[in-house]
Amino acid sequence: MLSALELEALRLSLQVAAVAVACSLPVAIAVAWLLARGRFPGRVLLDTVVHLPLVLPPVVIGYFLLLLFGTRGPLGGWLAETFGLRLIFTRWGAALAAAVMAFPLMVRAIRLALESVDRGLEAAARTLGASRFDVFRSITLPLMLPGIVSGAIVAFAAALGDFGATITFVGNVQGETQTLSLAIYSLAQSPDGDAAALRLVVLSLVIAVAALAASEALARRVQRQLGRA
Amino acid sequence: MKASRLIIDTRVRLGPFEHRAELDLPLSGLTALFGASGAGKSTLVNLVAGLLRPDSGRIVVGDTVFFDSQRGVDLPVHRRELGVVFQDARLFPHLDVRDNLLYGWRRAGERTRSPVATLDSVVPLLGLEPLLDRKPHTLSGGERQRVAFGRALLAQPSLLLMDEPLASLDAARKAELLPCIERLRDEFGLPILYVSHSVDEVLRLATSLVLFDQGRVSAAGPLAEVLEHPAAAALSEAGALVFGRVESVAAGDEAGRIACDGFTLKVPALDLPEGSAVRVRIPAREVALSLQDPGPISISNRIEGVIERIEAPTHPQGPARVRVRVGSETVLAAAITPDSVRRLALEPGVRCWCLVKAVALDRSALALARGLAAYSTSTAPSGREPEAPGRR
Repeated sequence: MLSALELEALRLSLQVAAVAVACSLPVAIAVAWLLARGRFPGRVLLDTVVHLPLVLPPVVIGYFLLLLFGTRGPLGGWLAETFGLRLIFTRWGAALAAAVMAFPLMVRAIRLALESVDRGLEAAARTLGASRFDVFRSITLPLMLPGIVSGAIVAFAAALGDFGATITFVGNVQGETQTLSLAIYSLAQSPDGDAAALRLVVLSLVIAVAALAASEALARRVQRQLGRA
Repeated sequence: MKASRLIIDTRVRLGPFEHRAELDLPLSGLTALFGASGAGKSTLVNLVAGLLRPDSGRIVVGDTVFFDSQRGVDLPVHRRELGVVFQDARLFPHLDVRDNLLYGWRRAGERTRSPVATLDSVVPLLGLEPLLDRKPHTLSGGERQRVAFGRALLAQPSLLLMDEPLASLDAARKAELLPCIERLRDEFGLPILYVSHSVDEVLRLATSLVLFDQGRVSAAGPLAEVLEHPAAAALSEAGALVFGRVESVAAGDEAGRIACDGFTLKVPALDLPEGSAVRVRIPAREVALSLQDPGPISISNRIEGVIERIEAPTHPQGPARVRVRVGSETVLAAAITPDSVRRLALEPGVRCWCLVKAVALDRSALALARGLAAYSTSTAPSGREPEAPGRR
């Protein structure tokens, strides 16, 4: 049904998006917590930096990543030296680009969920003998779960669809960084690629609808767990 | 043995207000914190619970220093070993009733070895059996609050704080929960700090009383003593509180009888065992005055006394209040029109009869005074003890 090339692009896209979401989720929860609850001087600055990928052109973000994580960039050089990890032109780099682009969406959803958690419940848990971390683990986190789930799914969809940052940062290497969006772009550029591009467009549509349906089902299940449905 | 005490001496600034609490109370029975909304009662609960940090001062509960600004002590909330019941039950929505009940128990550690309360004792006491597997959102307001009581008890607290636990419930739910609180007070022997602005609740439950006014304590001490205080007008205006002992329960057409301070009150059906110490609230509106023994009328309580004081109406259409001393420790209040005061030429020193219909003293006017009796014998001046039947 799907050609080897199509399968490869699909598998790569899902892999990149999954790694991007899985790795950035804990960070997003921490940042959301800092933004919602933290009282420290650099809070506004942090808020701004987190939101940059939402307001800057993706190409600019890709270029920033190139400067930071390129082989001669300050972080890229360090990663290569210490872990032998090269990001540029690799799927790990694609995952990083996707994660950065999806990060603000994830943080926003999680922060909203955190802000809607009743502080009174946390106070009640404290009086029942739970330490601050225990309260977070046993009360706050479960109550935030719907927001975390929807944040992760929105981020997954955004990661799946990123184009600008990915192509700028890691290029368009077939089998390594050529995700669905990049493959569609390449096919649309070639003279007789229209039909093949259309097949991938349909595939993207199917994935999008499936992800939406899955998120709906998951969200409803979590809401039921919390007794709000 | 030195009785353990609750000592609070704190200052905290809340916006334009300064909250100043200065209290030294015995750590036993149920201490009601009474005052208008915004008078600083809930602030006191938050200070004791550790949810609000005083600017300066000291909070000591029994042997444990919760807060001492001079010595730099501020015990974290979760180590204060308290049970707190909030006005909104604050059940955890993602846990079922059983896991809510056990939340504090699972974190009480060593203290569950010699528990104050266990799941097996709390569940039947509060009637929670049918609720155990349900989620909080399926419960009614009264059920939720009962679960919250149980959850607080199971945390093995050394002090129970209740912040207007009945304020958001309708009258029927209140009537259902009041006996629950009486049982908590009497059966677990836990000291309770109880915030309320309800006269009914205070007169029914309290063994000692703290009055709050504009962020300050205006009076504190054993219930009967504080009720005499001018600051307690809001409470004593509503009527008199009489202490007595059940002499006989109603049988057939016979009324129940309660032996009080030199007189006997007849009341409708009693569901309390003979000999139990009770408090009876006699609302001023239910008391009529007669200058002679009224002869054959249906009113069955006729209590002879001498007028001690007549208080003018507090507002234009209001009644005058006549205080009549009917026993060595007991003063009843009658709310009658200023016109009646003039007609009967009532004045201090005049002998009269207080008439109270037995049906006015139904179960809602009666409360067990067991906690109070225990309190009185240990700390109150002897004259305040509830009357023993033998003294009649």
